[in-house]
Amino acid sequence: MSTCSVSKGCFVFKPSAKKRKLSQSTAHDFGIRNDDSEDTELRFVTCQSLWNQIKSETEKVQEDLNKQLLDNLMNFLSRFHSEFQEKTAEWTCRMKFREIPTAALVLGVNVTDHELTFKSVSDFLQNNITPYIALLEAKDCPGVKNLMQKLMGQLMNCYVDVDSLEDEDYVQVSQNRIRCSMSSLIKWYESVTKKTDSEAPSKKRTTSAHWQSPPVVVIFKDMESFTTKVLQDFIVICSQHIHELPLVLIFGIATSPMIIHRLLPHSVSSLLCIELFQSLSCKDHLSTIIDKLLLTAQFPFKLGEKVLQVLINIFLYHDFSVQNFIKGFQLCIVEHFYSQPLSVLCCQLVDLQKRVHSLSHDQCENIRRLPSFRRYVEEQESGKQVALLTTDNFLKEEIQKLLEDLHVYHENYVSILRCLHVFTSSLPKYPLGKQIRELHCACLENQVWETEEYESSLQLARMLNKSDLVTMLQQCMEILLSSSGKEFDKTVEKLKKFLTEFQNLEVAEAFQEQDVSISSQKELQKKTDLYHLQKTLLELKESRRTKKLTKFEMLRFEVVDYIDSLVRKYLVPADRRTLHEILYFNTAAVLRGHLNAAPRTALHTALNNPHWYLKNQALKCDGGSISNKAPDICIVYKLHLECGRLINLVDWLEAFSTVVMAGEEPNADTASSDQMDDIIHARFIRAVSELELLGFIKPSKQKTDHVARLTWGGC
Amino acid sequence: MPNLEHPAYPAAALLHLESLVPCRESQVSMLLSIFGERQQFSFPSIFIYGHTSSGKTYVMQTLLNTLQLPHVFVNCVECFTSRLLLEEILIQLQSCSSETEPTSPVPCDTFNDFVRLFKQALVSRELQDQTLYIVLDRAEQLREMEANILPAFLRLQELTDSNVTVVLLSEIVWELFRPNVGCFDPLTLYFPDYSIGHLQKILSQNHPPEYTADFYAAYINILLGVFYMVCRDLKELRHLAALNFSKYCEPVVRGEANERDTRKLWKNIEPHLKKAMQTVYLREISSSQWERLQHDGGEPGQLKGLSAHTHVELPYYSKFLLIAAYLASYNPVRTDKRLFLKHHGKMKKTNFMKKHEKTSNHLLGPKPFPLDRLLAILYSIVDKRVAPTANIFSQITSLVTLQLLSMVGQNDQLEGPRYKCTVSLDFIRAVARTVNFDIIKYLYDFL
Repeated sequence: MSTCSVSKGCFVFKPSAKKRKLSQSTAHDFGIRNDDSEDTELRFVTCQSLWNQIKSETEKVQEDLNKQLLDNLMNFLSRFHSEFQEKTAEWTCRMKFREIPTAALVLGVNVTDHELTFKSVSDFLQNNITPYIALLEAKDCPGVKNLMQKLMGQLMNCYVDVDSLEDEDYVQVSQNRIRCSMSSLIKWYESVTKKTDSEAPSKKRTTSAHWQSPPVVVIFKDMESFTTKVLQDFIVICSQHIHELPLVLIFGIATSPMIIHRLLPHSVSSLLCIELFQSLSCKDHLSTIIDKLLLTAQFPFKLGEKVLQVLINIFLYHDFSVQNFIKGFQLCIVEHFYSQPLSVLCCQLVDLQKRVHSLSHDQCENIRRLPSFRRYVEEQESGKQVALLTTDNFLKEEIQKLLEDLHVYHENYVSILRCLHVFTSSLPKYPLGKQIRELHCACLENQVWETEEYESSLQLARMLNKSDLVTMLQQCMEILLSSSGKEFDKTVEKLKKFLTEFQNLEVAEAFQEQDVSISSQKELQKKTDLYHLQKTLLELKESRRTKKLTKFEMLRFEVVDYIDSLVRKYLVPADRRTLHEILYFNTAAVLRGHLNAAPRTALHTALNNPHWYLKNQALKCDGGSISNKAPDICIVYKLHLECGRLINLVDWLEAFSTVVMAGEEPNADTASSDQMDDIIHARFIRAVSELELLGFIKPSKQKTDHVARLTWGGC
Repeated sequence: MPNLEHPAYPAAALLHLESLVPCRESQVSMLLSIFGERQQFSFPSIFIYGHTSSGKTYVMQTLLNTLQLPHVFVNCVECFTSRLLLEEILIQLQSCSSETEPTSPVPCDTFNDFVRLFKQALVSRELQDQTLYIVLDRAEQLREMEANILPAFLRLQELTDSNVTVVLLSEIVWELFRPNVGCFDPLTLYFPDYSIGHLQKILSQNHPPEYTADFYAAYINILLGVFYMVCRDLKELRHLAALNFSKYCEPVVRGEANERDTRKLWKNIEPHLKKAMQTVYLREISSSQWERLQHDGGEPGQLKGLSAHTHVELPYYSKFLLIAAYLASYNPVRTDKRLFLKHHGKMKKTNFMKKHEKTSNHLLGPKPFPLDRLLAILYSIVDKRVAPTANIFSQITSLVTLQLLSMVGQNDQLEGPRYKCTVSLDFIRAVARTVNFDIIKYLYDFL
């Protein structure tokens, strides 16, 4: 197992979630935090099924995105394969040097996502082309020996060891059978293909997807980390046997294909026939994921603005990893269902009625406590207020209505958001962002029409030319027609009206323009002297400035105003809606705490202020003073913060014992105080070595009785 | 031209051999005279060196095969451990001339075992009365194996007390091999590079059956005119010749020119070959892509080469980390205060500008810097407050795995790791431009 952690140390690997049974106890764990444990089981089940849906959706997206890449790869392989099969005696084929077909897969810097891509590539190859695939990682291949060993092990599905010197008989035997060299690999390949060839006649009818004499694909997962020598030697060896063994190399490249030239000298790269394959950029991938997971009415669960911002920031600022984004999303789901007892209502519309009706009295109270609901109640007339606050059944009916409204709101929201995006994404300088996710965040954050950016984008939209405007309107119409919302019939009608008006305008304008140009030209031709010409030109200019808006301009204003009205009606931020707490997860602080680990800060807090973690009243210290009740390591740490680069151990011990003895009464006799000193000394030494283990200090070679500080600053 | 003559071998075989090794007749006759007759003891070890593709391997192989001398031919790159090498020799010895079924190879770990097994094999194969040749191709790899392997091979005749000659083929001179005193010096033999005349002769030999030899020779002449300056590798030239020949024939096929119309043909092919030199020869685009391009008659400009994709997209903070690392690598430590502190005290500009280093730091290459300095620079160049979260630290590690940074010295996290920035100035300027950071203003060399 591997980690993507920076530090070295012990890691706990929990068994994968799949193995976890949907047992009573898990569901019980789910509710442990909340004593009322409302509907925990149901919440757990809902959470699980929701996550499964989302997971399969993301997998589908991933598959679709990889399709292009895989098809290209397939073409590439089949071309070389036919070449290998032909073995023609043609002149060019004889003269040409047989190069090793090599696919350079440029995958982008998001290394954490590569695993999935490689998995899909190898699955695809395994299903369609060849059973012989080896995936190599740089950390397993410090030398050619290890590389060959790994390669043969994966190809032959068995354990092969080269240096049997230190191993026992078992290895010796296997060693004798399989020598770790290219020649034995070739022998193995011949025997395997011969076997399948002899079986082939009987199997021909069955759908054997693999090709005849399938190629052996070797995938280098992280090209950058391989050492030059290993790669060079391996390629040289392969090129000598390319006639007997149809090898294909795939280089997984994270940075740029230049790395090939940096790693391989010309003499080696001339043995390869390198073709470039580019996978989809991670930003596009994220956009698709957001499009499919968040901007859809398919899933009841929604992310609030702050939470979404946290996830997107981690993606853009830190790792570019779509997998991490999805993990973060999963965490949001779990956290929402775990911490929000009302999340039981976060389900598909069909289940809603049943669940609302089975709500307990406590849950009803929970709903009454929701701030958005209280706001709603205050707006009602007094009779209804009383009913809502006292009668559970009345409340339930109301809840159901409100939740249905919320679902409808969301459907409409998505469609109108897309329409607005059509407009804003084509404006110069993108005042509301280029991507739909930026627009989404802006709309969730507050009323978008009150922002300056919205104002400026409306102004820009009022300057659009006609053809753009028409295409945008058409796009909007398509979006609205394909949306599931029922309210858009009128809107579509209206848009259609706009479009026809634009068309009419075109015809009318053509006439008008001709007239104007002809008349003005005639005027210009009449007057020939300079003074009059100037005058006419000025007049023309003047008239243009004060001229009434043209029909087109009027219409344009109308369109923009209409879009504005749609935005104001449908893009109300979610947290203004009643009961949004049930569907929207918005506790960003929790998520930030989970995802943005700050080990140095945590360590500093623990050592500087042990009360933070230990919750012991005695440890509650005021300001910068050091309490002698604190654990030894905390005292030692605080004292060391006051020192310079080199710390004198004797002085440190002195200070330590002063702090520790501060609370003791001084009138002890000498013998016991001697013993005391020994104990304090031992405690001190232990604390210091603990600090060394944590990496705060190290022994110094400059002065023997000093240690060197390794950290600076507050955290 | 010296004709090959040797009393021990039939004249017909020698004539055939001569036709197979054009332009290497003198080396072959030299080898033949060193080898002597079949049963005669030859020199214990021969060292043949010469530049890439000067025909060492080919000549050796052809010579031994045509005259049917018993031999073992091993490529040392392929046998990456001494054990594999020794076993490979024994296996080939067992299988090559005797038709008995190959016995399972015996494990052979040390040279001592090898000598014993080798003698057994010779006896069982009845090879005592002929010289056995062991050819070790790419012998420079032997230097990386155990220290005893190379000296032992040089003295194999003496150690096994049998009629064996070891031939070492290498691209580097013997002086770089010599292990230490007391080692047996082999007979060294130099294969000079093929001259342009030689290349012309050898390449013209294999003309395609559809066209006359003269026509093909004229083509080779043009090809060498373009490529001889950059490439003398016979294999590569032959490959290039095969790739571009169809383009050369195009006017003839279309009937626009006849085979004698050299000038017209030259005009047609010359720019094409020049383009090939910049693209396919450098493996910027692959030969199959080149062929398809030729076939479709497209312009090579539309296919972007490998070097065209230099852009690397990085997360926001990774970009700043890389910039900070670059600054830390190329700026002297004492300038940090001046560059990154707002109130850097009274450090006069003239005083600061007085360059103690005479050479530019960019000529000296990147210098290692500790992690703390990197983070300090990062905090001062990023506008926002950056929390030192695990995400930041893991980005440093991933930059190292992407080979944009490299770790220097010991790999101990507690000791405070030191890094170097390995990217070029152009690269970092492109990265800095994307985040609107004027990196030149912060580089000491350009102040």
